[in-house]
Amino acid sequence: MAGSARLEYLLRLGDNALILSQRLGEWCGKGPALEEDMALTNTALDLLGQARLWLSLAAEEAGDGADEDTLAYLRDDRAFRNLLLVEQPNGGYADTLVRQFLFDAWASLALRQLLGSSDAAIAAIAEKAIKEVSYHLRRSSDLVVRLGDGTARSRALLQAALDTLWPYHHELFTGDAVDAEMLARGIGFDPASLRDAWLSYVRDVLAEATLTVPSAGGWAPKGGKQGLHSEHLGKLLAEMQVLPRSHPGARW
Amino acid sequence: MYAQMVDTGTPSAAAVDAQEARFQQRIDDGIRIEAQDWMPERYRRTLIRQISQHAHSEIVGQLPEGNWITRAPSLKRKAILLAKVQDEAGHGLYLYSAAETLGISRDQMVDDLHAGRAKYSSIFNYPTLTWADVGAIGWLVDGSAIMNQIPLCRCSYGPYARAMIRVCKEEAFHMRQGYDLMLALARGTPAQQAMAQDALNRWWWPSLMMFGPPDGDSVHSAQSQAWKIKLFTNDELRQKMVDQTVPQAEYLGLTVPDPDLKWNAERGHYDFGAIDWEEFYNVVKGNGPCNRERLETRRRAWDDGEWFREALVAHAGKAAARATAKAA
Ligand SMILES: [Fe+2]
Ligand SMILES: [Fe+2]
Ligand SMILES: [Fe+2]
Repeated sequence: MAGSARLEYLLRLGDNALILSQRLGEWCGKGPALEEDMALTNTALDLLGQARLWLSLAAEEAGDGADEDTLAYLRDDRAFRNLLLVEQPNGGYADTLVRQFLFDAWASLALRQLLGSSDAAIAAIAEKAIKEVSYHLRRSSDLVVRLGDGTARSRALLQAALDTLWPYHHELFTGDAVDAEMLARGIGFDPASLRDAWLSYVRDVLAEATLTVPSAGGWAPKGGKQGLHSEHLGKLLAEMQVLPRSHPGARW
Repeated sequence: MYAQMVDTGTPSAAAVDAQEARFQQRIDDGIRIEAQDWMPERYRRTLIRQISQHAHSEIVGQLPEGNWITRAPSLKRKAILLAKVQDEAGHGLYLYSAAETLGISRDQMVDDLHAGRAKYSSIFNYPTLTWADVGAIGWLVDGSAIMNQIPLCRCSYGPYARAMIRVCKEEAFHMRQGYDLMLALARGTPAQQAMAQDALNRWWWPSLMMFGPPDGDSVHSAQSQAWKIKLFTNDELRQKMVDQTVPQAEYLGLTVPDPDLKWNAERGHYDFGAIDWEEFYNVVKGNGPCNRERLETRRRAWDDGEWFREALVAHAGKAAARATAKAA
């Protein structure tokens, strides 16, 4: 999907929310406590709502009869623009929580930048989304602290999840030509500029959680924003897209 | 009420009878029983069984529909389904809380479910094979649930009645959404229409079974009606459901899978065919298509979450200890 930079940008924002929501939806009815089941669903629902706003705007930009559903259901994995972090499998609850925490901390910073976008439609969605994401971040930070500083077992599970997911944070702060153009037009922000604030927030929470920040350097997978994904995304999409793909043209 | 027993020693049989008579009088007068009021032990036990069974149904009921969250065919339908399943978890929470007012803990109830001592609605032991099943569940299963629960908004036990009022509002919404999903399929492609008909074929009879055995075979009915924790008989409710649903199926252009179904002008009701009660009792006994899987999924979720629940307790303990140390 070679489109305008704005289209690419909207797809990135929409796909992050959509794919993470899809992952959270897999938890339905299987959470570690009833209250947590409801919270996971609630987060999935918020993110899905955001995805629909971003993708509807992307569809307007794309024209050609596209809508939120054609974008969600009829693109192949190479056309998805989400960060690798959000497509990583749920694993156990600790993995899901740490993934959420790393993402929430980034998303709240990213959306804050977009509040000041020169693109009124983007700023309006950011304004709605940031309220939800701020709440998600408070929740995920609080749980990281309580479970990190809980039992030896919970601490070990969180630390293992953190060690596994940590390499994916690099992509959050890696810009490309699309980011540069969005920055130049006053629409977007420089991803690298969020790194320090993100690190300092995450470090504080992890310290309170008695968890160890993984060492810098090493493996830094990226490419999701440009459509080069892990093997996980194809399977996620196969499941998500099965009905519209097997009933072409049907309305639901 | 335990305190009362201690105060007065073991009450005489006559005193108990008098107390029960006063209790029944309150119910007959339409006065709600509240958690702190005296109540016969059998009333308390019956309610715990009924409310916890309902709570378990909400929780297990998340699974068959949850099966389609990741495959919902449009983002709007996905959002509706996520919200519905979240509502069901919320219903489970209110109902567990209502049962807790009767002196049982949520952990105990969950344990009873996992050990197979407590039941949940048998309907959730049927599989959701196609997307149309999500519509059929909303339309028929939530529809039957509402039929059952609207009268319970007036039941004698206050906390249960109040929980039902909240729950029923949302169930009515679920039913409309389920019907709307079916309507989209019924107005859709031939494959979608076939999907809708197939779902009705599979869910029709189990939905009618949701009201429980025929009145003649229903064990708890008479006493529960006197206590006003059951306001209509199983057969009365089942008839209402059939009468309500048949015209809705007709509007969808779907055929109710019952050759004996026909309008009886004299009775002013639909006559319908015999229900296969052997199937019903078989599923209740644990031999439905998904009994093992549903319970296993819940048990696994609970076991996998043990570290999570332990850690929250441990953290709360540490935080409290730190607060005490600070204050000292
Ligand atoms: Fe419910
Ligand atoms: Fe219910
Ligand atoms: Fe419902």
